[in-house]
Amino acid sequence: MENNFVMRSICFYFQVHQPFRLRTYRFFDMGVDHYYYDEYLNRSIMQRVAEKSYLPANKVILDLIKKHGDKFRVSYSISGIAIEQFQRYAPEVLESFKKLAKTGNVEFLTETYAHSLASLNNKDEFVRQVEQHSQMIEDVFEQKPVTFRNTELIYSDAIGEVVAEMGYKTILTEGAKHVLGWKSPNYVYKHSYLDDVKLLLKNFRLSDDIAFRFSDYSWPEWPLTADKFVGWLNDIEDKQQVVNLFMDYETFGEHQWAESGIFDFLKALPGKVFELTDFDFATPSEVAAKYEPISEIHIPHPISWADEERDLTAWLGNELQDEAFDKLNSIREKVKNCDDEDIMRDWNYLQASDHFYYMCTKWFSDGDVHRYFNPYPSPYEAFINYMNVLSDFMIRVDEKCKAMDDKIKDKVDEFAQTAKETLKDLSEKAEQTFDEVKESAKKTSEKAKAKAEETWDGVKDYTLDDIAKMSNAKIKQLLKKVDIEELTHVMKEAGDEVKNRIIPNMTKTAKKKYDEFEKELKKVKKSDFKKYKDKIEEELKNLWKK
Amino acid sequence: MKVLMFGWEFPPHITGGLGTASYGMTKGLLKQGIKVLFVVPKAYGDEDQRAIRLINASDVLIDVEDSEFVELAKNLTYMEIGSNLVPYLDPEEFKKITNETQLEKQLRKKSIFSKKYEFSGKYGKNLLEEVSRYALVGASIAKQYDFDLIHAHDWLAYYAGVAAKKASGKPLVVHMHATEFDRSGENINTIVYDIERNGMMAADRVIAVSNLTRNIVINKYGIPSEKVVTVHNAIEPVENPDILQVKKAVKEKVVTFLGRITFQKGPEYFVEAAHKVLQKDRNVRFVMAGSGDLMNKMIRRAAQLKITDRFHFTGFLKGSSVDRMFALSDVFVMPSVSEPFGLVPLEAMRTNVPVIVSKQSGVAEVLKHAVKVDFWDVNAMADAIYGLLHYKALSQMFIKYGRDEVDNLKWENAAKKILDVYKSVVIGK
Repeated sequence: MENNFVMRSICFYFQVHQPFRLRTYRFFDMGVDHYYYDEYLNRSIMQRVAEKSYLPANKVILDLIKKHGDKFRVSYSISGIAIEQFQRYAPEVLESFKKLAKTGNVEFLTETYAHSLASLNNKDEFVRQVEQHSQMIEDVFEQKPVTFRNTELIYSDAIGEVVAEMGYKTILTEGAKHVLGWKSPNYVYKHSYLDDVKLLLKNFRLSDDIAFRFSDYSWPEWPLTADKFVGWLNDIEDKQQVVNLFMDYETFGEHQWAESGIFDFLKALPGKVFELTDFDFATPSEVAAKYEPISEIHIPHPISWADEERDLTAWLGNELQDEAFDKLNSIREKVKNCDDEDIMRDWNYLQASDHFYYMCTKWFSDGDVHRYFNPYPSPYEAFINYMNVLSDFMIRVDEKCKAMDDKIKDKVDEFAQTAKETLKDLSEKAEQTFDEVKESAKKTSEKAKAKAEETWDGVKDYTLDDIAKMSNAKIKQLLKKVDIEELTHVMKEAGDEVKNRIIPNMTKTAKKKYDEFEKELKKVKKSDFKKYKDKIEEELKNLWKK
Repeated sequence: MKVLMFGWEFPPHITGGLGTASYGMTKGLLKQGIKVLFVVPKAYGDEDQRAIRLINASDVLIDVEDSEFVELAKNLTYMEIGSNLVPYLDPEEFKKITNETQLEKQLRKKSIFSKKYEFSGKYGKNLLEEVSRYALVGASIAKQYDFDLIHAHDWLAYYAGVAAKKASGKPLVVHMHATEFDRSGENINTIVYDIERNGMMAADRVIAVSNLTRNIVINKYGIPSEKVVTVHNAIEPVENPDILQVKKAVKEKVVTFLGRITFQKGPEYFVEAAHKVLQKDRNVRFVMAGSGDLMNKMIRRAAQLKITDRFHFTGFLKGSSVDRMFALSDVFVMPSVSEPFGLVPLEAMRTNVPVIVSKQSGVAEVLKHAVKVDFWDVNAMADAIYGLLHYKALSQMFIKYGRDEVDNLKWENAAKKILDVYKSVVIGK
């Protein structure tokens, strides 16, 4: 061995998840029965998988840790709803996981509590679920998760950014060919633009050799032995640092039956690795600490570890899935403020990605690849059943989460009441003030009037000259009262100012008369003239007095 | 290759799915280069003969002195008709037929074995006699025409096929569109059962319209499985695309049952499912289109359930009014107790109507974009109806993919499979 030799790492991560499968829920159960889950089916599947897979696999792992000590290390991600099912149906499995946790050789990752698709469309909900899950892992395994893996290894640059905001700097995802291109998954990479976020990519060839092909007789490499596998590890270029073997834990004993020799393979592998290769075992956080990222990797569109396409089409994309997912998310805002325990439980269970997976129509043509995992005969039945459940749930959310709305409503009502009262007070006061002002104004005006009358009495006489200051209306009134012939005489003596006021206010007939009188005006006695003038001035006075 | 084909009806004179299937099949066979001589008991002269040459059995003369004829006639028993024999009649019509005078009966008996006989070509009182007479004609025709094999549709034509095989020595293929068990449940008419069984035993191959039918043929008739081949029925493309433009007159959603109102079609399950849906949602109308011996019982049941304001009966529909009915429908349900194939859901689908079919139907074997329920599972049926009415994505998905699916169920493809069957017997000879 050379001096500058650094051990390379195998990173095992096993996924553990079981959804709460729905019972057959008819539309006439809506509003009547709010229990949605197939208790019998969930219990029997959990107990069967526990017996065939989880318990024997945990025993093998524990034995390997005992045998190889600190050198053998693995990691798990167990969804929140799987842990709930362990607690309910198979507590012994949870105990055996706790035993593994105590060895110190096992890292527990965090993910969404409900194994949900929340990362794709709702940041708040995504964060809430990760927090709920991480808290549960800490409570159950006394270990605070530092590494994140998303449902079905779904990942994109945007998701990575949210995860980083939550404080996780190591993220697991698929080494999808269409993303990696010529690059090898056997290095640590980093986030597209966040330098401190490291990505571990699944080596899908070697992972799937174990997870999918192990018992496939038609596979040219069958049977797969630890020696053969170790040979493939040795074929990997020396400078490549890490081989990420990510798979469902049910691979051991459930997908690949015990009879296929899968447990023997698992038992033998670490010993062979230590004996024949320069690899060691490390958990994801250890790998991230040990290696510097070789380059960033751009993943603008979400990828996953599912199917050939490594995309989201197993869960979303057809009309049924999109409709169900949209309807589910439409109530998020209402649920957010809900403190009802049952609502929150169902909210989590109904978000499990599995429900959408059952609605996938992709494999109408692909045969029965997914049939084994699916309790429904067709995606249509899956959709109808889910929508029935969701419809009832939405009714309940409207009722139960109203309680919260009501609290807000009460506050608003209270405020409105106060405001209303204040307004009433104000308006009363305003009215009062107004009355006062009105009263005083009235008094003032009366006083003024009295004073004016007083003053009026003091006015001795009106002269012809005052006509110049009169309004047209008054002049017209005056003209009605006086004799035009007399006026004509008087006007002869009057100034232009007066004339110019009177003439435009004359009616046509008056004007005509005036013109006639003016042409052939006879001389009158001085006493008569005085009489005419007095008469007009008297009229003027009467006019004003009214 | 030339085929002598014996049927019972041919469009436009049809009462059931048999005529429609015969027509589509012969057109498909023509595209495969097969020449078909199609024999019906009674031809009306307005049949579409582009794909076939139609032979009217009523025109065929029989030499009553012929020794072979005498032998055949001796073995044909005269049989009284039972109600289950006439599946395609409504109750009144059936009464009319069974009330025959003694004199009429004797006259008929005489004429059936005369030189020339005018077939009714219907499913009447003298059906079994006509079947016997048809056999005699079959033998006679087999001698007059040149062909490579014989193909007979359903029990009505089996004796004719067998007789033709005896007379010509050519291979016989019999086609099973509906078994006696489909028509009558477990209370079968043993005479018909015997005709079916003898016909299939005598045949070189049996074509069943579905795996469901194939299993009945093997298990209930004891026909060797290697002789029985499944060829699923197909459908002709929609004739009148304008019908898709028909506007609905009611604002409620419409759920339709269309078919004979008889035991075989499971109408009572439709009524019960309707009741369940209406308890939750009154904005739905249910239509039972068709007629049959259970119609009055269904009307009474609907009244009992107090749903008649939302449950309607149209009586028998035919031709374009069928397509019109589909155009008005939002969901089509076929709750058949036993349906060898079941063409109606395909007609609904090509008119863009989502369908629910019983698992006890042959068509369920070929459909992906349909909800399948057990006929007795009224809860599942109601649930599927509700789902299709309320969850838009579901009905849209069905409409989007259902049409394509139906368009791919072509008689052309079915005819290819039939041709393979023909080849297996002709070349084997």
